[in-house]
Amino acid sequence: MRDINELQTIEHDVLVVGAGGAGLRAAIEASRLGLSTGVIMKSLLGKAHTVMAEGGMAAALGNVDDRDNWKVHFRDTMRGGKFLNVWRMAEIHAKDAPERVRELEDWGAVFDRTRDGLINQRNFGGHRFPRLAHVGDRTGLELIRTLQDAGVHNGIDFHMECIGVDLALDGGRVAGMLAYWRDTGRFVLFKAPAVIFATGGAGKAWRVTSNSWEYTGDGFGMAYRAGAELMDMEFNQFHPTGMVWPPSVRGTLVTEGVRGEGGILKNSEGVRFMFDNIPERFAAETADSVEEAARWLEGDRDARRPPELLTRDVVARAIRKEVKEGRGSPHGGAFLDIATQQPADFIKRKLPSMYHQFKELAEVDITAEPMEVGPTLHYYMGGIRVDAITQMTNVPGLFAAGECGTGLHGANRLGGNSLSDLIVFGARAGQGAKQYLDSLSGTPQPQGDHVNDLIDEVVGFLNREEGENPYVVVDDLQVAMEEHVGIVREGRELEEGIEKLAGLVERAKRVKAHPSSQYNPGWNTCIDLRNLLVSAEATARSALSRQESRGAHTRLDFEGEREDQLKYNNVVVQASDGSMDLRQEARPEPPEELARIAHASIEDLEANRV
Amino acid sequence: MSERHFRVWRGDSEGGEFVDYTIDVEPGMVVLDCIHRIQAQHAEDLACRWNCKAGKCGSCSMEINGKPKLSCMTRMNTFGPDETITIQPMKTFPVVRDLVSDVSFNYRQNARIRPLKPRPRGKDGEHRMYQEDVDRVQEFRKCIECFLCQDVCHVLRDQDAMERFTGPRFMIRLASLEMHPLDTDDRVPEIRDEFGSGLCNITRCCTEVCPEHIGITDNAIIPLKERVVDRYYDPLMWLMRKITGRK
Repeated sequence: MRDINELQTIEHDVLVVGAGGAGLRAAIEASRLGLSTGVIMKSLLGKAHTVMAEGGMAAALGNVDDRDNWKVHFRDTMRGGKFLNVWRMAEIHAKDAPERVRELEDWGAVFDRTRDGLINQRNFGGHRFPRLAHVGDRTGLELIRTLQDAGVHNGIDFHMECIGVDLALDGGRVAGMLAYWRDTGRFVLFKAPAVIFATGGAGKAWRVTSNSWEYTGDGFGMAYRAGAELMDMEFNQFHPTGMVWPPSVRGTLVTEGVRGEGGILKNSEGVRFMFDNIPERFAAETADSVEEAARWLEGDRDARRPPELLTRDVVARAIRKEVKEGRGSPHGGAFLDIATQQPADFIKRKLPSMYHQFKELAEVDITAEPMEVGPTLHYYMGGIRVDAITQMTNVPGLFAAGECGTGLHGANRLGGNSLSDLIVFGARAGQGAKQYLDSLSGTPQPQGDHVNDLIDEVVGFLNREEGENPYVVVDDLQVAMEEHVGIVREGRELEEGIEKLAGLVERAKRVKAHPSSQYNPGWNTCIDLRNLLVSAEATARSALSRQESRGAHTRLDFEGEREDQLKYNNVVVQASDGSMDLRQEARPEPPEELARIAHASIEDLEANRV
Repeated sequence: MSERHFRVWRGDSEGGEFVDYTIDVEPGMVVLDCIHRIQAQHAEDLACRWNCKAGKCGSCSMEINGKPKLSCMTRMNTFGPDETITIQPMKTFPVVRDLVSDVSFNYRQNARIRPLKPRPRGKDGEHRMYQEDVDRVQEFRKCIECFLCQDVCHVLRDQDAMERFTGPRFMIRLASLEMHPLDTDDRVPEIRDEFGSGLCNITRCCTEVCPEHIGITDNAIIPLKERVVDRYYDPLMWLMRKITGRK
């Protein structure tokens, strides 16, 4: 047996896993609080999926419409999440976001400006007022570059192309993490009493997704194996507008900003079908005629919002219905048209990367022609369960922030609430880690046997004589998830899906990679597969458990929201025999003040009567 | 669907060679799709970097038929129907394996640049900046750090001056700070002395390869050179410095 003291060892107070917005913001906070901080990331610094975020970050700055405030933002978030959100998190998010956005300016971020020289804000689905601070349609790039540049001057150690295998524990407490360097394949043992996961989602479990190869649910899998709880995993957001053609870019994101800037959705008969898809809850605040929607676009404050800006779950289902009923575009989507709504130079100025993306990848000029778009798996609302204030999980020393955590978004996330989520709860996770370390007695140490077992497991993929190609297993998983755990679900299909997943779990144990550990994507895939399968199974089981249609979770066999189903969360944990356990856990009663705000009429909120 | 031929460089820091692959290609595919297909069908361990697949993250830079490009934005229909596509890693940087090169030089350069030193916020707690004042800085901040400009830069690539010149990517980063309305730092001396603005001989190769179409040479490097000239070689400014004692 190898001696783990001979492994390369790196010590930190806090190890952050993932270098998107949440990870970088958490690292900056931890480092500013005096903690030795390291960040590991699967890719190079600055390449995480945050760069793909386009539209903006939501914060009730009130720069464009002074009627906005945290209460309205909070109410929008709860309504968008169909009231399944963790109330405290939605409150903290709405209150903290403005200052988190403003401080980015001190670190070099350059947002688009209002005429008064303030941070400009744009309209987005589900947000009552123009609320998204943005930079054209490349807001995520601005966020990541700002945090990256701030981070390198904060004494943070960035460990690039370094992938986590699993957490190391000591008596149930976090002691560090085993990881490996992609370029050499060598293992490295991080000793750290606090670990913050900022690992994003698991979009790669589906075929049509806006997510890149990195999004294999590493945080979900590693947290689950360490004893953490995964909550509300059935809520998977299908973004309504992904590219549908050419096939090689199917799923690539088309920003909601296109609709925020006036883009409309039409079917093959030229009908603006969103007018026929307005849910009861939003009817009072949504335009019911083309004429009213046009007035809104011109800035009439009395006009209601166009139905294209309804929440993502609603729009995604409506597009799916048009396609299914034979009114889709030639490649199986809907038409998204901004060319007839805005002048060409406006489109190029406000949506430059969309213009660029369609021109170069699809040979479509969006200033002259409509885009073809359809739903694409985009985001996990569910994830690792955390404390609302500290972001700590039930595993002492393990924290989670950003997409891999859960609670803020409930059953459906509003566009723009993700980037603000990253900076609000990233910072709070850094503070939570500091608080934990201040009260920690002793230093938990990684256990040699456990670390050795982990190394044996993943080296096994390289050394075995025979085995299946991991890419084939991933392909089959993606097909199974599209078929059984898609945008619209049904009990029997989910049960069949869970059976298929069990078969895939067995196959994944026997995959084999080309026997060279140096920068070997096949081997990386073998290791990622373990996490992808935990994520997929937790998702399917939770989806089967929730017998209603709420937000992003739609059940054909259980139409509509059901009051009794709002009373619990699905919580998934690993049982002692290694199997997956799911329990329905009662939600606490909402704080009275917050419930009053969330259910208030918009008139009362604006008049400050709540 | 048509059959297409590729020559892909395989190897590591010790050396390597071009290996031929043939795959079927469908309409709409980009070079990165073809690399993935080669991985899936012929070479599961073929190393290449990629992430967003939409020209936004700048990970999949390589040299395609001799030109530095993002492979995710290079459509197959931009080549002749029988053209063999030759793919190799960026030449300016040391190779790690196959199409992956060691770009750590760039991260070291970035760390050398001092962060924004903003003026205090106004009394209302806000920073006021006007759109026309931030337009040029926003152009530079479009940079996705693909490092294609660094790859093509003669000073870095052929003259081996990596110790003396920071490269186009970091000239635009310096420009984005130097021209930032909130910045109070004086960056001109180090732009000349530390980052080597004088070494750029304005061939504009960097501008040509920029996938974000940033006017690297005209909008960033030349104005920085002008600021250096104004500071050090303008006789009036020289006199002012003597009198005021400023650097």
